[in-house]
Amino acid sequence: MAQVTYVEAIRGALEEEMRRDDRVLVMGEDVGAKGGVFGATAGLFQEFGEERVIDTPLAEAAIVGVSIGCALAGLRPVAEIQFLDFIPPAMDQIINEAAKIRYRSNGEWSCPMVIRAPCGGGVHVHGALYHSQSLEALFAHVPGLKVVIPSTPADAKGLLLSAIRDPDPVCFFEHKALYRSLREEVPEGEHLVPIGKSRVAREGADLSCITYGATVHEVLTAAERMGEDGIEVEVLDLRTVRPLDREAIIATARKTGKVLVCHEANLAVGVGAEVAAIVAEECFQQLDAPVMRLGGPEVPAIPFAEPLAEVYCLGPEKIEAKLRQLAAY
Amino acid sequence: MAVSESAPAIAADLTQDQLRSMYRDMVLGRLLDERILVLNRQGRAPFAISGQGHEAAQVGVGYALRRGHDWLVPYYRDLTLVMVMGMEPKDHLMASLGRAQDPNSGARQMPGHYGSRAHNIVTTGSPVATQILHAVGVATAFKYRGEDKVVVTSVGEGGTSEGDWHEGLNWAAVHRLPVIFLVENNSYAISVPQSLQMAVAHVADRGPGYGMPSATVDGGDCLAVYAAAREAVDRARRGEGPTLLEAVCMRLQSHSSDDDQRRYRSPDDLAQMREHDPLERFRRQLEGAGVLSEGDADTIRKECQRVIEAAQAEADAAAPPDPATALRHVYQEG
Repeated sequence: MAQVTYVEAIRGALEEEMRRDDRVLVMGEDVGAKGGVFGATAGLFQEFGEERVIDTPLAEAAIVGVSIGCALAGLRPVAEIQFLDFIPPAMDQIINEAAKIRYRSNGEWSCPMVIRAPCGGGVHVHGALYHSQSLEALFAHVPGLKVVIPSTPADAKGLLLSAIRDPDPVCFFEHKALYRSLREEVPEGEHLVPIGKSRVAREGADLSCITYGATVHEVLTAAERMGEDGIEVEVLDLRTVRPLDREAIIATARKTGKVLVCHEANLAVGVGAEVAAIVAEECFQQLDAPVMRLGGPEVPAIPFAEPLAEVYCLGPEKIEAKLRQLAAY
Repeated sequence: MAVSESAPAIAADLTQDQLRSMYRDMVLGRLLDERILVLNRQGRAPFAISGQGHEAAQVGVGYALRRGHDWLVPYYRDLTLVMVMGMEPKDHLMASLGRAQDPNSGARQMPGHYGSRAHNIVTTGSPVATQILHAVGVATAFKYRGEDKVVVTSVGEGGTSEGDWHEGLNWAAVHRLPVIFLVENNSYAISVPQSLQMAVAHVADRGPGYGMPSATVDGGDCLAVYAAAREAVDRARRGEGPTLLEAVCMRLQSHSSDDDQRRYRSPDDLAQMREHDPLERFRRQLEGAGVLSEGDADTIRKECQRVIEAAQAEADAAAPPDPATALRHVYQEG
């Protein structure tokens, strides 16, 4: 198996799937000759040509709306929104159109498409307010959509292949801080990771931390430090935030009786609230502490300057402190 | 851009049977539309949206397409156009009465939200002009697969103020896609007149701004619309790209059953419109050309009434949707 980065895994998945299925095409801003601003489509234009790797006008609603039309006519489009921060103009197309096409046609039409977008920020990402947002909760609220946020190169490949083959619209959000910071062995060829199934990223008996995306790695660092003191934290990587893997959430909560939910996105009314509600409803008798949450503060997005960004971002220290608070409860 | 005020007496490439059939489709659309408004006033159809005054434009465009081959991404006033594509009065009445057999949505959507895979009519929702981009995507698929199909998408002149409309025309022109952007301009977007939607006299004035051929035609003149639509369809089929086609129509009824246009349009305006009813114009034109003989129009009208009576009897007897189905078809099942 080859050692590849997160962004190489995404590029590879697109390439493999385009070779396998000629219904798959890619469209977005700068995805063609340039290969995408992060290189996620590098080389595809050269291999598959301008009919399958379409450099679009600078118009997000159109990128999604035209992709919907392609899907309705039998293709399998993969739309790239250059940054998740710029997806709001396409929200009408995503929420009112893509998500509702199967339901509104009583099952007669479907909209198999993927919307890829880099998300997230960090102290050293310098994306500031409009190149760092984590907006997954907006989409996770909408029946008809699936929302996938892989945390590793192998999952990025396996989940993207599943997303492209999925019969319904999938939002596929890639944390840009992971693109080149991670390298691991990724299975070559057919490697499918099912949508809606989480993974236990670290086993532990004392506490559970439920998380996803880039935060998984910060949680793992915090969990290792806790382990040095004999407190074993189980880390559940959700991988998919719609549909949530209820069984796995309930299983880890019942196992440890103490749950922290952690994500980079703004805390209030976020994915963590839904996870916490599931735990409260299903595991009340097994809990030894209230479900705790850790997430972005009540500011709109991550500021530019590092001292300001540090206030927003989690990082292993804040997570460790919260885990110790939970452990001591 | 060409402003066509009058059409040739009879289009050269249409047979007399086709012309009679065009007239019949217009009458069927009008009578059905009237019936649905009556059902609404009787309290039986909770919502109705009328296409009266648009029949000539819709039939003209519909007959320029190859039924069962070309695609339509319609909007809510296309009651007659979707029937030209293959839907039936029964289908409309099932939707109006909220029956399970509504082919558009199984009575999940309001009436007027068309969609039928069998007739290549793409499912549509309520947001205005979102469908324009879907048509561009459908055309992208046609071009990618090397098919000689074209797609028509329609909207009112109010919808041309939406960003999606602009984005769609721009994209289709850049990629020379086989789309016809039909604008059924009836001068009002609910109550807002055209003068408050745009600073140009004709929607088609914008065509050159997109690098796209465009035309304004008299939407009350069925054969003028047909001729312009044929030109656009032929151009698209030859791989020469999209066309912006504006049909100047009249909105004989209020925006919907929840609106009353007497509140914002003058009595003179409303009366004058009636004098130019496209159905009467086409009837006179066909009678003058000898396509319809004396009594033919009456016979057609009675035949259409019978079709509608039978369709309504069927819809009356049809079952509402089963509540057990309300949670289905959010995602693929099984």
